[in-house]
Amino acid sequence: MDARHKILLVDDDLDLLQMYKELLEQLPSRPEIFTATSGPRGLALLKSEPFRLLICDLRMPKMDGLQVLSIVRRSFPELRTVVLTAAHDEEFRTRAYALGVDLYWLKPDTQQNLQQFLQCIESLLGRDLEGGFRGVQSKSLMDIIQMECLSQSSTLLRITRGSLVGRIWIQAGELTDAETEGARGEPAFRRILEWKSGTFETLAPEVGHERTIFKPVNALLLETAQAIDETSAPPPSASADEEEQMVHPKTVWRLAALTREGADFVIGLPRQPGTDPEGWGTEATQELAGWMKVALEACEELSELLDAGPLARIEGRSLDHRLVLLPESEKTFLIGWPADADPNRLADQSKHLVATWDA
Amino acid sequence: MGRLSIFSKAKPTVQRLPSGSLTVDGNGRVLACTVSSACPPETLRQISNRVLQLFLKAREVQIPLAELTLQFGSLQITARELRGGAIIFLKPKA
Repeated sequence: MDARHKILLVDDDLDLLQMYKELLEQLPSRPEIFTATSGPRGLALLKSEPFRLLICDLRMPKMDGLQVLSIVRRSFPELRTVVLTAAHDEEFRTRAYALGVDLYWLKPDTQQNLQQFLQCIESLLGRDLEGGFRGVQSKSLMDIIQMECLSQSSTLLRITRGSLVGRIWIQAGELTDAETEGARGEPAFRRILEWKSGTFETLAPEVGHERTIFKPVNALLLETAQAIDETSAPPPSASADEEEQMVHPKTVWRLAALTREGADFVIGLPRQPGTDPEGWGTEATQELAGWMKVALEACEELSELLDAGPLARIEGRSLDHRLVLLPESEKTFLIGWPADADPNRLADQSKHLVATWDA
Repeated sequence: MGRLSIFSKAKPTVQRLPSGSLTVDGNGRVLACTVSSACPPETLRQISNRVLQLFLKAREVQIPLAELTLQFGSLQITARELRGGAIIFLKPKA
C-alpha cells in the first residue's frame, strides 16, 4: 500500500517551488510533492486528490494566500495548512492563524532556520489524520486524562480545537477543575471530552487552584462516555407522550438557567436547513431567527470578502436589550440580556449559558 | 533607477484588512471615510450595505439596534446607527 503523504506547494515563484520541492522530497517520510503556481491551480489540484498538507505563499497574483486559505478552510477542513512567506507582518500572521493555519513560517534565510522548518513539516505530516490528539498519536482525550491521573501527576492540560480552548486541572492524580467557553467544572469537562481531535499542551500545575470537581475521574469519564454514546446512537422511536415527557424537564431546566444567568431570552437556530428555531423567554422566536439568518449570511459574505476569519460573535444594543449572537458548531444562539447588563461581561456570560444549554 | 522601475514587474501583494472609519447614509453612500484608499470602494460599499441591512432587518423585527459589533477572527466591525445611515469603525486585530 502506498502510504506516502502528499504535499501541495503553492507559490508564484517557479525557482522557489523547485527548490522546496527538492528539499521536501528529502524528508524522512518521503512525501510526494505537487506544485502549483497560483491559488486557483492549487485549489483545482486539491479537488482532484487527497492531500495531507498545503504549503502556501501569501503574496501571489490573482488570488492571494489568505484568499486561498479561506477557501481551503471551508472546503478541506481536515487539510493541514502552512503559510510560508516573506511577509514579515503581524497582521498577516494574525489573520492566517484566525483562518486556522497550523504554521506560519517566514521564508528561511539561514540553514538552521531551513532545517527547523523541514522538521516542523515532518512533524505535521506525522500527526494523526483520523482524529486523536496531536502529540499522543491515536489516543483519545480520555486516554490522556487517564494516563495523567494514573501517574498521580499534577498538571494543567490545555486543549485546543480550532478556535475552542479548554483547560483541565489535575492535582496529584485527581481531576479538580475544567474550563471552556465560559463553562466550568463538570459541564466544561464533558464538553471538552466531546472533542474528537485537537492539540494539547501539558502546562505547569497551578498550585492552589480552586477545586470545582469532586467526583472521581473514572466515574466522570464513564458518565461522559455513556452520554457521548447516547448522543451518537440513533434515537429510539418514542411515542408522542414519551417525547413530551422527555422535553418538559429540559424546558423547565432551560427556563431556570435563563433566570439564574439573568438573561431575558435565548433562541437556538440549528445549522441544519429546514430545522425550526427554538426560543425561550420570547414570543418573537421566528422573527428574531429571521434576523439571525440574515446576520449569519451577511457575516459569512463579509468574512469571505475580507478574509477576516470566521465570525466569533455579534453584539448588538437596542433600547431594551443587549444581544449576543454566538455561532456554535451545531446551532447558532441569540441571547437577549437586559439593557443595563455589563457589556464587558456579556460575551463570557453568553458563552457560559450556551455551554450548558444542551447538556 | 526611476526609469528602470518602469520595466520591473509589479510585485503581487496581499490584500490588507481595512482600518479606519466611514460614515454612510441610508442608501449606503459613503459620506466620509478615513479608510486607506488602497481599500477598493466596492469593498467599503459591500461592508456598509451588509451593516445597513442588519440594522434594517433588526428594525423590522422590532429590535431596533443602536449599535452593532461584528467580531471576526482578525477584524472587528463596530457600527452605530445614524438616522438610517451608520458610522462604521473597522479595526483589524493585531
